[in-house]
Parts: sequence; C-alpha cells; structure tokens
Amino acid sequence: MTKLYDKSLVELHDLLVSKEITATDLTQATFDRIKETEPTVDAFITLNEAKALDLAKALDLKGISESNVLAGIPIGIKDNIVTKDLLTTAASKMLYNFTPIYDATVMDKVYQADMIPVGKLNMDEFAMGGSSETSYFKLTKNAWDQTKVPGGSSGGSAAAVAAGQIPLSLGTDTGGSIRQPAAFNGIVGMKPTYGRVSRYGLIAFSSSLDQIGPLTRSVQDNAFALNAISGSDEKDGTSAGRSVPDFTAKLTGEMKGMRIALPKEYLGEGIQPEIKEAILKAAETFRQLGATVEEVSLPHSKYGVAVYYIIASSEASTNLQRFDGIRFGYRSEDVQTLEDVYIKSRSEGFGTEVKRRIMLGSFSLSSGFYDAYFKKAGQVRTLIKQDFDQVFQDFDLIIGPSAPNVAYGIGENINDPLAMYLSDLLTIPVNLAGLPGMSIPAGFSEGLPIGLQIIGKHFDEQTMYQAAYAFEQATDFHTKKPVILGGGK
Amino acid sequence: MTISAEEVKHVANLSKLSFNEDELQDFTVQLGKIIDMVETLAEVDTTDVAFTSNVTDLINVMREDVVAPGWDRDELMKNVPESEDGFIKVPAIMDDGEAGA
Repeated sequence: MTKLYDKSLVELHDLLVSKEITATDLTQATFDRIKETEPTVDAFITLNEAKALDLAKALDLKGISESNVLAGIPIGIKDNIVTKDLLTTAASKMLYNFTPIYDATVMDKVYQADMIPVGKLNMDEFAMGGSSETSYFKLTKNAWDQTKVPGGSSGGSAAAVAAGQIPLSLGTDTGGSIRQPAAFNGIVGMKPTYGRVSRYGLIAFSSSLDQIGPLTRSVQDNAFALNAISGSDEKDGTSAGRSVPDFTAKLTGEMKGMRIALPKEYLGEGIQPEIKEAILKAAETFRQLGATVEEVSLPHSKYGVAVYYIIASSEASTNLQRFDGIRFGYRSEDVQTLEDVYIKSRSEGFGTEVKRRIMLGSFSLSSGFYDAYFKKAGQVRTLIKQDFDQVFQDFDLIIGPSAPNVAYGIGENINDPLAMYLSDLLTIPVNLAGLPGMSIPAGFSEGLPIGLQIIGKHFDEQTMYQAAYAFEQATDFHTKKPVILGGGK
Repeated sequence: MTISAEEVKHVANLSKLSFNEDELQDFTVQLGKIIDMVETLAEVDTTDVAFTSNVTDLINVMREDVVAPGWDRDELMKNVPESEDGFIKVPAIMDDGEAGA
C-alpha cells in the first residue's frame, strides 16, 4: 500500500471514497505507523487500538459519506480532554487511574463526524508548562530534532502530527499551548475565539482562558477540523451562541485589500534575530499578495505575562481544589485523618510546576494581597483587551512571531520557571483578550521551524484561514518535512 | 517585595499542600522571583479601569428547567478510591482519626 502517513485530509478522503482503502486499512496503518515511530517521538500516553478498529469496521459497513471529509480520519486527543471509558490523565500522577464515565462535547463532535480517535496525547501536567517536560509519564521529543523539546503544553498533539503519526489532533491553549508547539514542530495550530468550541469535558486549568483547537499539517486540514468541533453547547455556559461559518469557504489565495497590523512590541527585545527576519519577510509576502502591512503599537502587551500568571494561577488554584483524593484519582496510602487525605494526596499527586501555580494563585487571592495582585491583573487585562480593540478598528489581522525562539534543548529551561514563563509573551495577550490566534510555518533557524502567528478579530477565524492559506500557497515552508516524515537532513 | 518562608508556609496551608524544608526553601526563592516579576503591574495606572473576569458578553445563560436523566450511581462510584456499601469511604472526621468515634 502507498504511504498514507503524510497525506492530507482531502487525499485520504479521496482514497476512502474511491474505496482504494477502507477506514479499517487507514486505522490499522495509523497504529502501525505510531508503533514504528513512537520510540522516537513518545507522543502518546494511551492508545485506543481495539475501540478505534471497531469504530473503523462499523464505519466501513455504514459507508464513507462523500460530503464528509473527516469520515474515517484518525485523530489524536490531548490527554486533558475527557474520553468515556478511555484513561484520561492530564499527564498527572493525580489522575493516573482516572477512566471518565462521560465524553467531552468535542468528543461527541468527533464521533458525529465519524472521525476515529486513536489515542491520548502527552502534554505538560494539567497543561501547565511550555515544553511538555512536566508530564508525569514521558518525555515527548520534537519531530525535527529529538534532542529538542516539542513545546507545550500540547507537545504530544504537535509532535504526533508533525511526525506523521496522525494527520490531525486536538490540543488546548490557555496561554499559547497550541500555537507554540505548532511553531516548534512546523505545523498549523489554531486557538479559536474564546467560546467558539465547548469546554465541557476539558479538565479546567484557567476557565476564562482555556480553549480547545486543532493541529494539522496544512491550513485546509485545520479549517475542516474546526468546522467539526465548533458550536454552542448548553453544557458550557461560556460557549457562544454564534452560527459557525464554513472555515474552508475563503481558501482562495485572495489577499487584495486586506489590512494587516504588525505590532512593534512583537519584534522587540528577546526575539531571536532569525525569527524577526522571518516575520518581516512574511510581511513582505503578504504585501506582494496585495495586502497592506503597517506597524502598530500594543503598549500594554509587555504586561501580559504578569497579568497571565496571576489570573491563570488564581483560576488554577481554584479549579484544582477538586483534586482532593476523595472521589476519583490518586489517594495517598499514608493517611490517618481526613486532612491527611487532602494534603498528602495533593502533595504526592501533583508535580512541582502544578504546585508552583497553585501556590502563586492562592497567594494572589489571599487576604491582604487580593487587591494588589488579582484585582490589579484583571484591570490591566482590560487595558490589554482595549489595545487590541483599538488596532482592530483599522485592521483585519495582526501578525507576529508565535514564539520568541525556536525549540530549545530538552532540560535546558526546566529549572528556571521564570524564563519559561517569559517565553509566552507573544501568545498570552491573545488569550487574555479572548481572541483567535493561529501559528503557521514561516521559516527555519538552524534547521528548526519558525512559526508565524496570525491573530484575528473575535469570531473571525475565517479571515485568518484565508490569509494563512494564501501565505501557505505563496511559500514553500510547509513542504519541508522532518527526517521522520521523509524529509532530507 | 520578598516573600518569607513563613508566608510560603501559610500559602501552602491555604492550598492544602505540604513541603519539606528543601522544597520550602526552593519555593520561597522561586515565588519571590515570580512575585517580583508580577509586581511590574504596580507601574500601570488603573484608576477607573474596569475589572475583566471574562471576555464573553454573556451575563446569565438560562435554559428551560426540564427533568433529564442524571448519572448512574454505580458508574459514578467506579473512580472512587475506597468505598463501602455504596458510600465513599474516608478516615473518621470528628475525632481526628482515632478509632472508636
């Protein structure tokens, strides 16, 4: 059989519809590919092989719908999205034995679209981290260089797609956790507008910032996936009652008249020179395609990291109170009193980074510090949001880098939490304002991918896909592959 | 502002976490650095600036009060670490764990 693992969704769909392959063939080939490459990448925590093959066989009997590009497509799921009867750990010892009795709303949508969930993907513990190194279970490697981190927190979701284990995955993004690993692995990652995708069944980290989104190897694949998972949900009170447009409708290459803003703060201090160069080149590409690109200012963006670490940690300290060793998850053996159950289960079950965030959050919310920290952060968040509102009065999109650096060495930053936090400076403001943001391939530095971030107006992912597609078609960055996917050295 | 080891202990207590002396030392230093970083917010003038807790325009999302099937009790008990006679079991609460309460 021909290689299936580097094909696009449309190519796979055509093979399925023409009956050159069956959904069962594709699912089996996917597990063969995962098993062959997993020793190199280590992207999965749990595989769903028996159930996936059953689903594929049932789909083959039912027949592949010609109008549904996603039918029979294998998908990987980040392990903080709950999956009925399938282990869901959030990469934490705290949930090492947790088998959910219900599905997240995005999983209902995955099944409605006849996609085949093949397994659960590694991540930073409870999505707290930027390198996937805080996972309790394993160390995922970058698809391009196995000595480098895959980024995080959706590191497994990004590395698995980039390495050709799966064509599509779901990740989550609270401060950059889809966009930065997509950038580090040279793929397309979309964090939709807050409220676009239901968070029901997403293990909550920071409820006012978290959002689920797709990671794929092409812009078109990504737009198909977002079509399937979007929509309001009565089980998530913050999901938007907006209609969902067809995100593939404007993949035309047309860019004439589009107004793009390039914030000077996104090319300032701390950005690697090669990345700055790649972004300026991307701006030039957009100009050649007929768009205008002008420099703007987002003056409060430099406070984004400080605001984020107060708000996200405060929300996390509250959300993670539910992990108490009583009803599910890890319970310490060494307990005499009820208080012991709480304290020892939490102290033994949570990893260091999670504890650090809980501590920072409890501190920010504690008596005497609330006004100076939590309340102040919420006010500066307003100013950050207003900066974006101002720019979007005159522009359709904002562009900049997805990360200030390319993938770094495994172990390099793990002992310096502050350095790790500061590297989220370009993605965090987008979550604080609830805007959609995506990362697409835009160059290389010493053989490692560079990501271009595209930020859109609330609920205007369609325009972002339009620009991303035009850029993709006008450049050849997306055609370069890592060695594991058949690329040259 | 530097945070003291005593304050870190207090916050650990609020968080239902315990640390040994080495961890306490590390956390005191690291949290101190992080708090110094977030204190840059003090330089921003936020007089009369509204507080943002959520970016949606939604206020109260209502639905009809219709009876719908709930969870199955046996299913819910599947993930409970310790149970007896269909109840979740924990150490005695009233007497600090001593037997005979």
